[in-house]
Amino acid sequence: MSLINAPSPHTSRHTDTGAVMRQVVYATLPGLAALVWQFGLGSLLNVLWAVLVALVCEALFLRARGKPVAFYLKDWSAVVTAVLLGLALPPTAPWWLTLIGVGFAIVVAKQLYGGLGMNPFNPAMIGYVLLLISFPVAMTQWIAPGDAPAPADSLALFLGQAPADAFTGATPLDTFRTWAGDAEALAGRDILAGELAGPGWEAVNLAFLLGGLYLLARRIITWQIPVAFLAGLALPALIAHQVDAARFAGPLFHLFSGGAMLGAFFIATDPVSAATSRLGRFIYALLIGLLIWVIRTFGGYPDAVAFAVLLLNLSAPFIDYYTQPRAYGHRKANKGANP
Amino acid sequence: MRANLTLFQRLVPGARRAPTYDFPGGVHPAEHKSVSNQTPIAPGPRPAQLVLPLNMHLGAPARPIVTVGDRVLKGQMLAEPAGAVSAALHAPTSGTVVALGPRPIQHPSGMDALCIVLEPDGEDRWAERRPVADHTRLGPGKLIALLRDAGVAGLGGAGFPTSVKVNLGDHQRVEQLIINAVECEPYITADDRLMRERADEIVLGIQILQYLLNPHDTLIGIEDNKPDAIAALRAACADSDVEIRVVPTKYPSGGEKQLIQLLTGKEVPSGSIPAQCGVVCQNVGTAWAVKRAVHDGEPLLSRVTTVTGDAVARPGNYEVWLGTPVADLLRHAGVDKDRLGRLVMGGPMMGFTLHDPSVPVVKTSNCIIAASAEELPEPPPEQACIRCGACAEVCPANLLPQQLYWYAKTDDFERAQHHNLMDCIECGACAYVCPSHIPLVQYYRYAKGEIRTQTAEQIKADRARERFEARQARLEREQAEKEARRRARLEANRKKQEAATESGAGDEKLAALKKEVGQASSAYKAAVKAAKTAEAQEADNAAELRARADSLKAEADRAKAALRDAKATAPAPAAAPAESSALADLKKAVGEASSAYKAAVKAAKHAEAEETDDAAELRARADQLKAEADRLKAELRDAKAAQGPAAPPAAPAPSTQDSGTSPEKPADTPSVANTAVDEQAAGKRQKRLKGLKTAYNMAHKQYKEAHAAVERAERAGQDSDEALAAMHAKVEKLKAKADHCRDALDALVEQAKADILAHTGKDLKTLKLDAARAESALRDKADELERRRDTSDADTLETLNSELDALQEHAQLTRLALKTAVEEQGLVEE
Ligand code: SF4
Ligand code: SF4
Repeated sequence: MSLINAPSPHTSRHTDTGAVMRQVVYATLPGLAALVWQFGLGSLLNVLWAVLVALVCEALFLRARGKPVAFYLKDWSAVVTAVLLGLALPPTAPWWLTLIGVGFAIVVAKQLYGGLGMNPFNPAMIGYVLLLISFPVAMTQWIAPGDAPAPADSLALFLGQAPADAFTGATPLDTFRTWAGDAEALAGRDILAGELAGPGWEAVNLAFLLGGLYLLARRIITWQIPVAFLAGLALPALIAHQVDAARFAGPLFHLFSGGAMLGAFFIATDPVSAATSRLGRFIYALLIGLLIWVIRTFGGYPDAVAFAVLLLNLSAPFIDYYTQPRAYGHRKANKGANP
Repeated sequence: MRANLTLFQRLVPGARRAPTYDFPGGVHPAEHKSVSNQTPIAPGPRPAQLVLPLNMHLGAPARPIVTVGDRVLKGQMLAEPAGAVSAALHAPTSGTVVALGPRPIQHPSGMDALCIVLEPDGEDRWAERRPVADHTRLGPGKLIALLRDAGVAGLGGAGFPTSVKVNLGDHQRVEQLIINAVECEPYITADDRLMRERADEIVLGIQILQYLLNPHDTLIGIEDNKPDAIAALRAACADSDVEIRVVPTKYPSGGEKQLIQLLTGKEVPSGSIPAQCGVVCQNVGTAWAVKRAVHDGEPLLSRVTTVTGDAVARPGNYEVWLGTPVADLLRHAGVDKDRLGRLVMGGPMMGFTLHDPSVPVVKTSNCIIAASAEELPEPPPEQACIRCGACAEVCPANLLPQQLYWYAKTDDFERAQHHNLMDCIECGACAYVCPSHIPLVQYYRYAKGEIRTQTAEQIKADRARERFEARQARLEREQAEKEARRRARLEANRKKQEAATESGAGDEKLAALKKEVGQASSAYKAAVKAAKTAEAQEADNAAELRARADSLKAEADRAKAALRDAKATAPAPAAAPAESSALADLKKAVGEASSAYKAAVKAAKHAEAEETDDAAELRARADQLKAEADRLKAELRDAKAAQGPAAPPAAPAPSTQDSGTSPEKPADTPSVANTAVDEQAAGKRQKRLKGLKTAYNMAHKQYKEAHAAVERAERAGQDSDEALAAMHAKVEKLKAKADHCRDALDALVEQAKADILAHTGKDLKTLKLDAARAESALRDKADELERRRDTSDADTLETLNSELDALQEHAQLTRLALKTAVEEQGLVEE
């Protein structure tokens, strides 16, 4: 008999990284459905196409780096990156936009850094920001809520055969930015007609919240990041709204518009590029939320999840530096990465 | 750590349920306990051979007291404890010793160990047993010795000898005695069955432990998944002060540190043992073994071992003779060899896979898992860490396993340590949950091993550095003082020369002083002799030595008196200030000599008190005295030189003094010319250096040996506190002595360096620097030449070449200057 010789422990919880990643993908489905419902088939096409591009890029690069392709594809991480980026892109995005974004995310932001686990930045957000900077017009157009194009139109948009601006309109965030401070004008527009944060977007965000709660329940993610993220966004909004309701949108508006829920539950929670310890992750996400509010309120871009996440990715080592947990038998937590 | 009180406890303050605490993290692996805990403990196999490793316990291996061919009876001692942390080994049954040699044992490295091989005769005949009905009549000392001779060691974890663990000394107050009945690893049910069936014996054992440790509270920690065992213990403890604390099932609540935290809320400070926070932990099985050893007079011969896994037909608990080969045990339990895929000794979380089923069951073998490949499959390949943090969520030590993994993988041991790698208890919870199947614990074991080797070296280096720095500071201080003195002397000499007075009286006085010094040095020689004799005859020569010391004192007194005389007869008032300052210096020297004498007396006294090897110490003192005498001599020579250029042997000294007393005057070319060096003095210094070096080496060696002895004794923990304290005092003394010798040595070297400064106008460091600079300039030039050889024209190359030549010459000169200076001053090798 040949006995297995292995280090302890000899048993495991029988989870694997691929399964974890698959759960994340499943949890995005309600959000994807809401996007399709509100804005047409565009998002679905984006996501499918993005996944395809991501898998091809990943496979090519794994082969180029001399790694076993099938083994690494099984971790599903490329799929997650692709799905998240596909969800974040406007439903009007033509195929080449997605191609560039996903290709860059997989090749440069992930594989060139050494593959899964080695990337300091969230690959999906790197791809997103690259597109936002390179193609600002295409990236900031959204379909007006409740004005979903027909499937054929979505397909035409995807193939780049229909002018996007024929279908687009201002998002609630855009509108608020344009009319902020003018209470009357704001009141006159129906962007706030929804229960929470304007039509369309609140449904999408609610759907993502649902998916996020699923991840929490399955213990795929821990509460620190989403809670801190949302608190960081809602608290300053609440205070500012109290001060001047006409200039500053309320917390609910912020929480349920744009990419807030997608960011809080799916993007900021990317463990590879987040801070490490529980406290560290809390601080990390709190600052992301805060930054989003600042950029949304005072910055030049309508939404800010990508920028805020990348900035905090950059600061994650610094946060780790100060947030080591206090180990058993020690009076104080160690600070810093070095003795 | 916050007390986690139930609502009931909060509402009913008097409720007799102490608060339970919690520890962070933890996992809930599938238990698999019902596989083996359904049937009562059954007798183990009767194998053809028993293989008994001498190191079944933690600590020093036992020393065999039988030889091949001996017939032994059941319970007869085969090997005696060797050293303080050790336990005896006994024959589990009657039979013949057939071999004594290396056999494979369960060890992660797969190494063999020395074993006694016993062939049972099948009669199972007992040696004489001496049961002790009332342990309190025996007294703690004898009880501890009994446990040691009965080979009782921890049956739960590492196999630490119980006699050591219960022998804390009077100053150690035990607040809690914790009996670990948690058995938190999946599969294992040995303690569970033991408690169900032998709760009364366990409680008796606990009472013996209580008697030895006198704890304030005695707590049994047990997981709530063993209701039958809890009931049995409750019944057995009904009218004792032992408290049963049921803790929720969570791995690793049976870890010593975690259990302490669970039951008391205390955390054992990093790097210390539980006793230091007033807690002693013992396994239930150990309590049972203690009872058997004391009340039944039966040494530890067997243990209850769980045999489980889906490759055995009759899983359950067996009372197995120690030394039984695992293969026999498996056969006994009906193993299906074709199904067997993984063989684990210990639990599935922390156990080790067995590479060879012939290894024996030892005192710590609580479980054998014979699993099929489906039950405990080959681990899937390791994937990249996705930093998901699952590991950190479950780590009971509150570490960041993902960071530790990263640092261990990249050999960044410094950061691994900074992230408290050494506090990892290797529980495996992190690896259990890791979705990327990273064998984290293996990485930690590797890194810990590396760090242990490194820190052993680091400690050495640190000590050396500290000593060096302290010495450096002292030397600087001393140097400054000496410098001041020297300057005062120079000043005095100058004045004296100006006065240009008669020197007759002074000469006479100096001669007298010289004589005194000679006497002092002969006294020294006598002391050396005495020390030698003491060494030869050992012991009671101390009195003699003391007498010698007394005579030394007389010498010193005489020297002092002579000096006083000299001062009294000091002539010409013009010379008086100079004279007196020089005399002051000498006086100081004499003072030093007398203090050295005092130290010698003290040493002699100690020798009287402690007898033995203090003779060597006295001898070192004598060496010191010699150094003092020499110093005195040197001072004298200086003083004589100061009397005027007429004094022949001191020629070089005035020459430096004459050169305007400005050693910092820059000399552009290294001065090799100054050969007017006192060769005689250099030779003497060289000799002295050598002597001091030997003295220091000896002293240092003694110190190190004594230190090691103390450490050994401390580890062994046998000696009384007084004895330890005395040893410590001795180490301190030896250290002081070594330091003293070294300082004298350093002072001499410094002196030599100072003289170099005086002779060459540069100090040694400058000389060295000059040499180094010249070398590097030379190198640079050569490099430049090399680089430009192809690109530059002939002219440039020519210039470069000549520059190079000049530099070469310069470098040679500086090198030579350095060498001469060093040699002149008797420093020889640096
Ligand atoms: S559980 Fe495994 S994959 Fe997750 S952070 Fe820890 S080591 Fe990395
Ligand atoms: S093995 Fe070490 S790092 Fe892993 S969970 Fe246990 S204590 Fe923590």
